[in-house]
Amino acid sequence: MVKHDETGLSRDAGLSIPIRYVIQIIQWEFMLDIQGITLIRDGKEILHEIDLSVGDGNIHCIVGPNGSGKSSLAYTIMGCSGYLPSSGTIKFDGQDVTHESLSQRATAGITLAWQEPARFEGLSVKDYLSICQKGRVDDDRLASVLALVNMSPMRYLEREVGESLSGGERKRVELASIVMMHPKLAILDEPDSGIDVISIKDIITLIQVLKEEGASVLVITHRPEIVNIGDSASLICDGRIVLSGSTSQVSDHYLKRCGPCEIETVSET
Amino acid sequence: MTDEYRTLVEAYARSGGEVDALTMPDVAHLLIHENRVLSSRPVPGLDVHIEETDTGVNVKLVVLKGCRIEHPVHLCFGVLPKEGIQQINSVITAEEGSYAELLAHCTFPNAIKVRHLMNAEMEINRGAAITYNETHYHGQHGGVEVIPKARVRIESGGRLITGFTLTEGRVGRLEMDYDVHVGAGATAEMTAKVYGRGDDEILIRERTVLAGEGARSVIKSRVAVRDRAKSTVESITEGAAPYSRGHVDCVEIVQDDAVAVAIPRVSVVDRRAKVTHEAAIGSVDKKQLETLMSRGLDESEAVDVIVRGLLK
Repeated sequence: MVKHDETGLSRDAGLSIPIRYVIQIIQWEFMLDIQGITLIRDGKEILHEIDLSVGDGNIHCIVGPNGSGKSSLAYTIMGCSGYLPSSGTIKFDGQDVTHESLSQRATAGITLAWQEPARFEGLSVKDYLSICQKGRVDDDRLASVLALVNMSPMRYLEREVGESLSGGERKRVELASIVMMHPKLAILDEPDSGIDVISIKDIITLIQVLKEEGASVLVITHRPEIVNIGDSASLICDGRIVLSGSTSQVSDHYLKRCGPCEIETVSET
Repeated sequence: MTDEYRTLVEAYARSGGEVDALTMPDVAHLLIHENRVLSSRPVPGLDVHIEETDTGVNVKLVVLKGCRIEHPVHLCFGVLPKEGIQQINSVITAEEGSYAELLAHCTFPNAIKVRHLMNAEMEINRGAAITYNETHYHGQHGGVEVIPKARVRIESGGRLITGFTLTEGRVGRLEMDYDVHVGAGATAEMTAKVYGRGDDEILIRERTVLAGEGARSVIKSRVAVRDRAKSTVESITEGAAPYSRGHVDCVEIVQDDAVAVAIPRVSVVDRRAKVTHEAAIGSVDKKQLETLMSRGLDESEAVDVIVRGLLK
């Protein structure tokens, strides 16, 4: 990632193009570009000056311990109620969306798969997935997307997205709905939670399909298998991005050094 | 075929009724406009006795012992003028081991000042079962007062399923009062779904008494109110017999300046009985709303999807 120069000009007199133009050209390739986001909720700083970029068509993974701010970051990017940052900017597809509503961001192409999907009484799987297709029901698309998450259309399309589905099944429907959206940016908040280990490969396939269909994907996960399919990764801890880089670098750091947590050890001393 | 009949059938169709069923010789039906019976048909196994009086219509339906009525019995009650009154006094008996499904449509599409009174007595004998689903359409003016009252007794091993739906158009004033006595090993499942708008007033009182050993009941209410509508849902279950089980489940969604009250009342007078209740009342669930908005719906579209789903 190119670092900003305060003057916006190259320090290398040999370069004929001012570096700010180079930055702009590179930034156009970021589907998501977050700069200095701080989020305060109930008087507590949840996110602290977060910088994060996701390249166009890239998979970026976020790892970090429970309570570190991963889901809060997802809600902030999505524009959920109560998650307006107190400072910083969120650029999506070149546009500043920091103060845009959740609906506006969704219309622009951002969507979010919740870690704990909502239950909808009286809404069938078919209704739900059709909403994600803007009401245009394409049965072939429905069938292929459900197949991605290993669900039979005959068995599931008429089932209610509520009590009639198990937690794992609701999770699969949630992920299927994201593919139905054809998003520019899919935020997946722990897509592997509540899903059996055998099905991790389905999740990986789904993420890869999203990428193949042109989406950028921000995946929050604890699972190394999922981090490994990313193009880049970040480690978040205590509301701060403490490391960004290659997936192997971040994954190794997280697995080897976050348990026991060095930050907690430092703060205790 | 009179104009009155034709117009009522058209209104019946608009409120979701199956018009074809009214002409089928093997499907029982009963059409009542105001306090006049326009058409009726019994079928083997179902006795129908009807009496027009000065003040209303008395209807007696008997599902004969051991008979299973193959097709649903279609009931159409309506008042088509802007003003009018309809009073129906019904006595429904399901004899031992019998079964029937009743589909009622109550339609008052032009009502400005209409009263519909229904006094029902129902007896479901040993091992018999009745399914009674009624759908109401009260037009767009809110000028309807509907007062359905039912007293039901379910004997051992009997089963009652009721569904009351009033989700299209205005409600006007609804004052529903159902009281069900559930015998040993018998079951009652009652569901009411109502959507109030404008200054509609909804009063729903449903009570089950679990009087016999192993009796079971579920009272489920789904109400949405918007504008200045008011709703009060009182769901009462009394566990009075060993191993009886009851559950009360009420969800009310409130929008705009509407007001909703939920009064679940559960009691147990036998230590081996168990009655549970859950009530959720308030605005649309935030997570449901934000999930649908993250799928590209605006807020009002998302609320509509949630409310429609709840009342489906």
